[in-house]
Amino acid sequence: MNATIAWITARGLFGRSRFLLLFPLPLILIGMAWLGSSLGHPEEFAFPVLGGIGIATLLPVTALIVGTAVLGSEIDDGTVVHILTKPIPRWKIVLSKLVVAFGVTTITVAVPMLIAGIVTDGWRLGLGLAAASAVGALAYSALFIALSVLTRRPVLVGLLYVMIWEGLLSNAVSGTRVLSIQQYVISLAHKWADTSLINGTVSITVAFIMSAVFTALGFCFATDRLRSFSVAGETS
Amino acid sequence: MTTLDLTGVSRWYGNVVAINDITMSLGPGVTGLLGPNGAGKTTLLHMMAGFLAPSRGEVTLDKEPTWRHPEIYRHLGLVSEREAAHGFLTGWEFVYASAKLHGLADPKGAAKRALELVEMTESQNRRLSTYSKGMRQRTRVAAALVHDPGVLLLDEPFNGMDPRQRLHMMELLHDLGDEGRTVLFSSHILEEVEQVSGTVQVIVAGRLAASGDFRTIRRLMTHRPHVFAIVSSDDRRLAVALMASDSVAGVSLGGEGLVVHAGDYGTFTRELPRIALAQGIRVRRLTPSDESLESVFSYLVAA
Repeated sequence: MNATIAWITARGLFGRSRFLLLFPLPLILIGMAWLGSSLGHPEEFAFPVLGGIGIATLLPVTALIVGTAVLGSEIDDGTVVHILTKPIPRWKIVLSKLVVAFGVTTITVAVPMLIAGIVTDGWRLGLGLAAASAVGALAYSALFIALSVLTRRPVLVGLLYVMIWEGLLSNAVSGTRVLSIQQYVISLAHKWADTSLINGTVSITVAFIMSAVFTALGFCFATDRLRSFSVAGETS
Repeated sequence: MTTLDLTGVSRWYGNVVAINDITMSLGPGVTGLLGPNGAGKTTLLHMMAGFLAPSRGEVTLDKEPTWRHPEIYRHLGLVSEREAAHGFLTGWEFVYASAKLHGLADPKGAAKRALELVEMTESQNRRLSTYSKGMRQRTRVAAALVHDPGVLLLDEPFNGMDPRQRLHMMELLHDLGDEGRTVLFSSHILEEVEQVSGTVQVIVAGRLAASGDFRTIRRLMTHRPHVFAIVSSDDRRLAVALMASDSVAGVSLGGEGLVVHAGDYGTFTRELPRIALAQGIRVRRLTPSDESLESVFSYLVAA
């Protein structure tokens, strides 16, 4: 962890207009949760709102915007060279980026999840959702940071993972759920909130171990690729 | 003393060879890396700076390979061609952050010194995005120098600078070289290189075409055929008279006077006035027409 890198990363993140995209979704989530509970059918609204909007949309979209911005946009505009021309172990650079991405994503997602949970069914659900979102934020951030170094189009590849793999395949083919961060978050929320409003499909052990695996692999891949970071000559 | 050594370095992309078997050793002083656009200067610089793996051969900084070895950045500074900088930072923040990232004992003092060196202290509290190209370039040099590296690599540092900024940058590079640093800068403009450094490495189409003192290379080039454009009071009669001279290899008559291919620069320029005087022809204009860098390079490649 390097405070200077984290500071520059955070400044870069909040300085970009892309960051403003983060604000409408939490408001929609809280608004829908409030609407659902005021209509008086929490069991009908809980899963589509908290699961569909909160876990399946707000969390991955926020993590994608933030996760690809912390490193991907620096690679895009070439400013990453300023950080790479320093005698800093590459894992520290990745760790600093991960901490910022995880922190910003967690705050942007966990707080509205907490409120939406409280509005729907009380504190227990709110805290469970917030904690599960934090775990998901870490795994997603590591994944999207790794994608930023592995591919030139991290946003596209990230979107494909979230939309196609998690969104479509995981609902149709049960086997793919083992590799779906969304499913881990649902299972963890189900367990921690101790509620029947949200039902997980993977076991809590799988959810925990796989979240750790995603985080560790993403971190290691990103570090290794950053070590071999090449700048292509513009004239060659 | 810091030296940068390249041993049999090649780099290819698929079937395209960008750098072809280059061996060179860079020591203290300023060296110009000269070559036409697309010759592979940037590719070579990136390999020197550890941002590209050589396909074959090795680049070492004081015996340490530069590839996958971030520790070299304690002794190396890079100013890349791509004008990338965090525009939201002020000049001071940018250089100070570099000093802190290097883990220097006194980052504030180092940043102050570096900014003074490039004379950017006055506008150090403005954001980089408000700087002119030259100011940004100088700030980037300050950031690359903040840890007092033995080797400084600059890719096209004069691009986009006005003449005054250019002069200032040239003086700065000169001073850095005199201090005993190894300074390498790339350029495709002969005059820039000529003014800053005596030592050049000339890259043409990925190969090292010439290496050493600039004046020596220039002198060696006088053996190539020289092309002159001449306008006179009677071009046709002058053409006939010139063909009789041993120093002339060929003459062609065009709409805009004569084009003469001379075998030897010195002999021809001495003979032309004599011939013209004997024929009673007035020479209105004599211009060497192949002094462009491209023709110098093509000569170097052919040699």
